[in-house]
Amino acid sequence: MPTPIDDNNAIRPLDFLRHGLIVAGFNTFIGIVLALNRPGPWHVQMVYAQAIGLSIWTLMDFSRLVVRINPETGWPEGWRRWALQGGAIFFGYLLGNTLGDLAYDRPLLDMWRSSPRSMLSYLLMCIAVSAGISFFFYARGKDQMRLRQLAAAQRDSAENQLKLLESQLEPHMLFNTLANLRVLIGLDPPRAQLMLDQLIAFLRATLSASRATLHPLSAEFARVRDYLELMKIRMGERLQPEFDLPAELAERPVPPLLLQPLVENAIKHGLEPHVQGGRLRVSARREGDQLVLRVRDTGAGLSDCAADDTPDGTHFGLSQVQRRLATLYGDTAAFHLGAAPDGEGGTLATVRLPWSPNA
Amino acid sequence: MNATALIAEDEPLLAANLKAELQSAWPGLQVVASATHGEAAVQQALTLRPQVLFLDIRMPGLTGLEAAQAIVEEWPDDGSPLPVVVFVTAYDEYALQAFDHAAIDYVLKPVQPARLAQTCERVQAALGQRTPANGDAAIDSALSQLRQLLGSGVSAAPAAPQLTVIQAAVGPAIHMVPVAEVLYFEAADKYVRVVTAQREYLVRISLRELLPQLDMQRFWQIHRGTVVRSDAIATALRDEAGKITLTLRGHADKLGVSRLYAHIFKPM
Repeated sequence: MPTPIDDNNAIRPLDFLRHGLIVAGFNTFIGIVLALNRPGPWHVQMVYAQAIGLSIWTLMDFSRLVVRINPETGWPEGWRRWALQGGAIFFGYLLGNTLGDLAYDRPLLDMWRSSPRSMLSYLLMCIAVSAGISFFFYARGKDQMRLRQLAAAQRDSAENQLKLLESQLEPHMLFNTLANLRVLIGLDPPRAQLMLDQLIAFLRATLSASRATLHPLSAEFARVRDYLELMKIRMGERLQPEFDLPAELAERPVPPLLLQPLVENAIKHGLEPHVQGGRLRVSARREGDQLVLRVRDTGAGLSDCAADDTPDGTHFGLSQVQRRLATLYGDTAAFHLGAAPDGEGGTLATVRLPWSPNA
Repeated sequence: MNATALIAEDEPLLAANLKAELQSAWPGLQVVASATHGEAAVQQALTLRPQVLFLDIRMPGLTGLEAAQAIVEEWPDDGSPLPVVVFVTAYDEYALQAFDHAAIDYVLKPVQPARLAQTCERVQAALGQRTPANGDAAIDSALSQLRQLLGSGVSAAPAAPQLTVIQAAVGPAIHMVPVAEVLYFEAADKYVRVVTAQREYLVRISLRELLPQLDMQRFWQIHRGTVVRSDAIATALRDEAGKITLTLRGHADKLGVSRLYAHIFKPM
């Protein structure tokens, strides 16, 4: 889904002016060609060409303001498009001719009566030229639309990566970890080194997560383990991590750090505020044609107040999971966050991925 | 200068480290208690009555701010001075602005010895000013600092859509209780008691989550666990000890106002 772009109805006043000028330029060219080929004063052909051309353009551009258009092309969909273009050319031609007749004080639709044949040939020429100009605008509009979409997509992805990074490198977590590290250096240097190694692995994984689109499930579990080991030094016995990754699932490809926001969420809202702490279980299962990943804690649990938009990065973290799933798997993946169904309390987050994503 | 202190910090290594750093920065300071969560901090502070509190902001149970509020509200009225509060935090930039504003001291983790020494000097100065003669003034300034901190939105969630009805489960039915008919809300563990003139309901939401959804012009917080509709208050009575009690229109309940919110009630 491309992000909505501010000028959805891709026609703006400046566009009108530009279109009108371009059309007038074409008209001038046609007028000159006709004037060279026909007898009589040159300005007659010019006036008719401008009158007809601008009438067609006016009908075509302004009627697009009234009907619903596809923002990507700037035109209505299906038969409406052909009806709009055909109608605009026919009525624009009649209107333009009438204007020309008025300008030269001729009886209305003079040519229709005197020479239906040349009238028809003018009409056909009109259709050909209008189709050409319409196509020109259509192609140009589509190009500009593409460029705008591309720019917006780039902006979005840069913003998302930054926010993802912020949510993963949560400053509170980082500084608390560093505070622990600072103490451990004096107290227990080997343990300090171990903690530093885990921090390095966590930082490296976080910073490179945006580059790889998929990595093995075993790598995903290893990253979660690094993070939980860091948290374990801080939380001690209040955090009891459990991992359950069946060997036959170890190589399944998953998006990197998909589980990270879920694990962070379980700690931040489940175990950290819970005085006794609890277990945090990360598991993977194959269920039919789905790979099911679960993050479950026995902590404080969700409150009834479901609309609780936390001001910190949590909400972003969870919506990020949903967005990544939608981008990578469309409707074939699902994410659910709810109270754990067994009697132990806490929260259960479930991610369902298609077993074979390309099927 | 000799003084007693309490440290509330959920991470054991950091608690031990803060204690060690304090010992070298202020040898006369005796750490009488270490609490690992908010409730324990409140309980120990009220039992041991230390002169200085070092409270971590993010703790299980109550946050440091909530613990400070509870301690100030429950602190006995026997003339013993309120403790000096120092908050400890790893990172919370908008809370820090509020602290600067409220002139309450804070320490950043990892603890830097030089910065901690500064904090100790300030705490000593604050304790030194507390002679029996200006005890009331000291309490007033401590209260106003905490009030500013609590009112500055440090702990408040961003503006949520305002509630107009409370959906309260009563057996199998859900009662729709218009917020305008609520006399007062009272926190009861993980629930909130919703009291109207006719009856009362229990809703499974914490007062902390409910507060941002109320119109604070209409509903006044008078205690950390009580929020009352202002036009339901009939009288505010101050007893000899200075404690304020509210009576309500159309209800026999009496509500106590904590010293933190006593300043709301004064004649025009």
